[in-house]
Amino acid sequence: MTNEITQIRTPAEKALISLYASEKDRLPGSAAVKALRGEAFAEFERSGLPHRRIESWHYTDLRSQLREAAPLFEPGSSEFEDSLRHVQPGVPAGYALVLLDGIFVPELSDLDELPGSVTVRSLADVLATGDANLVDRLAPKGLGAGDPALSLNAALMQGGVVVDVAPASELDKPLIILSIMSAGAIHAAYHRSLVRVGAGAKLTLLEIVDAVEIGSNQQNGVLVLEIADDAEVEHLTRISRQGADAIIVRSLLATLGANCKYDGFALIADGGLVRRQVFLRFDGEHSTAGIRGLSLLSGKRHADTTLVVDHAVPHCTSREYFKHIIADEAVGVYQGKVVVRPHAQKTDGGMKSRALLLGDSATMFNKPELEIFADDVVCGHGATVAQLDEEQLFYLRSRGLPRAEAEQLLLEAFAAEAVEHVQNEGARERLMTYVSDWLAARK
Amino acid sequence: MLLEIKNLHVEVEGKKILDGLSLTVKGGEVAAIMGPNGSGKSTLSYVVAGREDYEVTEGEILLGGENILEMDASERAAKGLFLAFQYPVEIPGVGTMTFLKSALNAQRKARGEDELQTPQLMKRVREAANKLEINQDMLKRALNVGFSGGEKKRMEILQMALLEPKLSIMDETDSGLDIDALRIVAQGVNALRSKDRGFLVITHYQRLLNYIKPDTVHVMAAGRIVKTGGPELALELEKNGYRDYVSEAA
Repeated sequence: MTNEITQIRTPAEKALISLYASEKDRLPGSAAVKALRGEAFAEFERSGLPHRRIESWHYTDLRSQLREAAPLFEPGSSEFEDSLRHVQPGVPAGYALVLLDGIFVPELSDLDELPGSVTVRSLADVLATGDANLVDRLAPKGLGAGDPALSLNAALMQGGVVVDVAPASELDKPLIILSIMSAGAIHAAYHRSLVRVGAGAKLTLLEIVDAVEIGSNQQNGVLVLEIADDAEVEHLTRISRQGADAIIVRSLLATLGANCKYDGFALIADGGLVRRQVFLRFDGEHSTAGIRGLSLLSGKRHADTTLVVDHAVPHCTSREYFKHIIADEAVGVYQGKVVVRPHAQKTDGGMKSRALLLGDSATMFNKPELEIFADDVVCGHGATVAQLDEEQLFYLRSRGLPRAEAEQLLLEAFAAEAVEHVQNEGARERLMTYVSDWLAARK
Repeated sequence: MLLEIKNLHVEVEGKKILDGLSLTVKGGEVAAIMGPNGSGKSTLSYVVAGREDYEVTEGEILLGGENILEMDASERAAKGLFLAFQYPVEIPGVGTMTFLKSALNAQRKARGEDELQTPQLMKRVREAANKLEINQDMLKRALNVGFSGGEKKRMEILQMALLEPKLSIMDETDSGLDIDALRIVAQGVNALRSKDRGFLVITHYQRLLNYIKPDTVHVMAAGRIVKTGGPELALELEKNGYRDYVSEAA
């Protein structure tokens, strides 16, 4: 006999239940999609908001942190229309696909300029037609199954884009998925996008989380990335301009075919509570994935990066490399799990997470994990939590650098070791500028 | 007077390291401090440079007549103080050029001077590096990272040459150097000698003083200067060792 523990619903959980009840008929989708939404929400209702007793959410207790579940903004509402006029995609050169409050806005996107090798559809349209093949692919089996944030997203997803990159094609500029929250009252957005990169194609994908005004919004966004054989993808994620009360959950569900190369880099420099989760699986041999990132946290911010990298086939290489600069009373979390399946021989895995704490009230939870079931593999991990080195600081100060400048130099060097893995030169330089400005503003 | 140390008492974690040390260095003077291990030589250099782990319980340090004890290490540097470290610190991720530019411009800024532009700086660095037989590739690497002992010491002298300090303290710069490197380092120091600049050369051995001829030699033992003389004192120490002074101080 199992003991079913009925949890007391928090006000936010109750609000989510009534939100779903009131929105479910308005959310896009065929009858089949609505059934899937219903199943996903039932799953969410069973688990409730993720909390510390769920191992993968141990350090990020969303159940206690999410005090209210904000409503959705309706397209056509005055706030939404007003924000539309204010969106100035201050983004790097590229083909921007704009999501406002989770809704794909074609008129703000660079669809006309986009070469024919890339096709873009609105998620809402895809859900409405209920194309079974695509709907299936929006939730790749075995990636993040049972994760409450993913279930909630599947139930409530309002919009997004479905992008197909033709085989053997290469864009001259990055493709950008720009997810913007509009100004106005606190509201939430649930969006999901699917990017399929055809065999042998090359793509630079930028995922930018931004806001019209720095505010306290709630976002739950999912990106499904399907990389076919021989394709190469550089994927850069930036979470910025989010208020200290903003709650942001981003999930990446990635599958790699054979002979692929995936390089991901995420900058988390903003937001009150950020949970970034990556579920990546090697489905084909001889592929390489680099999953990297940098968190810059100050105030009472909380940023959680949780990875599950699944070496389901032999002969693949993964590198996880994360750095965290944590000031004030901020909290950093890194949970990296690399799973090597029994037959996944010749796996090469290497994971590092290094944190620098600035001040006695900053906290870091570092939890690298290896689950290795094969015997012929090379896997290693390292996790460090340290403070700035006083010897190095004194050396720099003795050469005339005031303490603040000496700290900045060391912190920039620390951050640069992560940022230098970014291959797109423009993006790399902008990232370093962002890091320098962030560090300078901290003083 | 360039440097005046008056009755300096210093403790680390309650343990007395410097015990009433007094010393002066004039403009144009090269003063050597010799002494056995544990006599407090390195502590003296760190305290003058402004390291906080030491507690000054009594005494004064004047640089150009100004008390520097309350100043941050960076302010002391901008006032013209330089410490060549016994063990130069490796700083991964910070390019040598970036560091040199930051240091030079921080000092210039503190003195109200214009910042140097990169081309000017590059030229000066290259010239100084050539004189010290420093490979240009070293300048492209992270500061001191992977440098040999001799390369690190030459990098210290390069910094000294660029920063043009009024008073340089050289903390066992000769340790770990072979004869060729010693000669190059000494040449670098000698090139900087002028009537306005002073040097405080801390060393175990007389050998360095064959290359950098001191005007004054101080013997340090148990945290204070126990004897002061001319260059002949160094030769005498080389011959007889520190035994007499250690027992005298104890």
